[in-house]
Amino acid sequence: MDNHAISIKVLEKSFQHKQVIAPLSLDIPKGQLMGLLGPSGCGKTTLIKMIMGMLKPDNGTIEVLDLVVPHQQLLKDIGYMAQSDALYTDLTGEENLHFFAKLYPLSKAERMERVAYAANLVRLTDDLQLNVGNYSGGMKRRLSLAIALIQNPKLLILDEPTVGIDPVLKKEIWQELIRLKDQEQKTILVTTHAMDEAERCDQLAMLRNGRIIAQGTPQALKNHYQAKDFDEVFLKAGGDVL
Amino acid sequence: MRIGAIVTRIIQQMKRDKRTLALLFLAPLLVLSLMYFIFNSNEASITLVVSNGPAPLIEKLKNADFSIIEDDEFTKKQLQDKEYDGWLAIEQNNSKLTLLNDDPSQAKALTMQLAQISHQPSLTAMGNLETDYVYGEADTAIFDIFSPMLIGFFVFFFVFLITGIALLKERTSGTLERLLATPIKRSEIVAGYMVGYGLFAFLQTIIIVLFGIYVLDIVHVGSIWLVLLINMVVALVSLSLGALLSSFAASEFQMMQFIPLVIVPQVFFSGIFPLDSMAEWLQNIGRIMPLYYAADALNGVMYKGYSFYDIIVNLTILACFAIVFITLNIISLKKYRSL
Repeated sequence: MDNHAISIKVLEKSFQHKQVIAPLSLDIPKGQLMGLLGPSGCGKTTLIKMIMGMLKPDNGTIEVLDLVVPHQQLLKDIGYMAQSDALYTDLTGEENLHFFAKLYPLSKAERMERVAYAANLVRLTDDLQLNVGNYSGGMKRRLSLAIALIQNPKLLILDEPTVGIDPVLKKEIWQELIRLKDQEQKTILVTTHAMDEAERCDQLAMLRNGRIIAQGTPQALKNHYQAKDFDEVFLKAGGDVL
Repeated sequence: MRIGAIVTRIIQQMKRDKRTLALLFLAPLLVLSLMYFIFNSNEASITLVVSNGPAPLIEKLKNADFSIIEDDEFTKKQLQDKEYDGWLAIEQNNSKLTLLNDDPSQAKALTMQLAQISHQPSLTAMGNLETDYVYGEADTAIFDIFSPMLIGFFVFFFVFLITGIALLKERTSGTLERLLATPIKRSEIVAGYMVGYGLFAFLQTIIIVLFGIYVLDIVHVGSIWLVLLINMVVALVSLSLGALLSSFAASEFQMMQFIPLVIVPQVFFSGIFPLDSMAEWLQNIGRIMPLYYAADALNGVMYKGYSFYDIIVNLTILACFAIVFITLNIISLKKYRSL
């Protein structure tokens, strides 16, 4: 037993002899909001898929919530939001939410409550009867986030959750993520490009070419590299501009 | 109930996709009707040339809807040139029937009607009837023999197409991957698909079979329940094969490319062309195709009046195909999640 929600040890992964994840170790403490920063193609999504158990690492181990990945229990405990919206566009928002809710062991009453809660959180309650095919990009993103929250998971893994969402809603979603972390002790792992989002994380890990090139609190990182903002941190840590 | 969740979702999606529903339920009827009319269209006006025919016989033949041309100086060459359907030359004790046989179904109809007439006692004057063919021979296949197989083929084809593309859409849109990030088991996904699309395949089977038997009047000697049973198993094989092959296709277009590879060759081995005359190695190729067994069973029940015990081997083989394909489906999902 330790205090880590996710513990990654010397993880490696290559695709067709191209090393995507170089030996990488990372510990994510429980109850924290961890940001994973990096340019596209740096291995963020590959790393997340391995944590989810959807990709098999070539080497190394991943433990999530003290269980070795892959594990059936973890699929219940992790709320996942993929980088691309995986929604049934010919169904309504409500039907999508109910469909995914039914895949988790929830009673009917719990399911109704969770669907209402998740829809309200992403401000989609009024559009639930609409076919998802008619949703805007931002609405689809919000619905994906609602689905990630549907079973009230202990750990949230969100792959670029706020792409295409307007600033007002983005702010609200981040407030809710922080509330979930503070009041419901959830651990949250978020990948992002956006520097203002990086600022709000408790911990940051910078990923480049499959390696963690810097890790720490936002303030510590900035102090360490004597930088004003994260673009600068990233440059000084050996990366390019995001 | 996670399987139930998938089944409900499939029903919701299908209800909204009216065109796919129409393809599933109406297209087979349209094609089946077309083939029926094409193969049967000329049957009413068969032209028969009669040489030296006695008056009562001519009368009988005219009553039986034949168009009769009386010509005592007729030759086989003339028959070939003018493309009449047949030539009946009456001689004492040794009559001769020459069939053009350019269209086997018509030649068959002609001989059948003629046989009915010549059985009547008043016309025994025809004596021995010797039959000769301008084209082909007596064993050429006819619509009656392959119409049962057509029913099985349409069930197979349309179910294959619709499940294959539906599952492909799920793969390309990322929803399948998303689905596998939930606690659902791989076998539950496959079961959900089998039940969900199986329901639609079941409805389709009932509609095609009833339409074929009651509207198009396709010959059926055996039990209609057996016909339904065979087609349900065919639908299951096709469902699981479509789902499996969709994992080897990257787009809808690539899914379509399986039609000439997987569907068309099966047609050749399902009774349209006589199997007995094929080379041994060719027949063996037929034996790896599900439609070969389906056509054999359907033909047996509808044309020859076979009972359940006569087709149990075919049904078992078809069920084995389905089980193998379903298992492979469950294994192929490992690509997305190892659990």
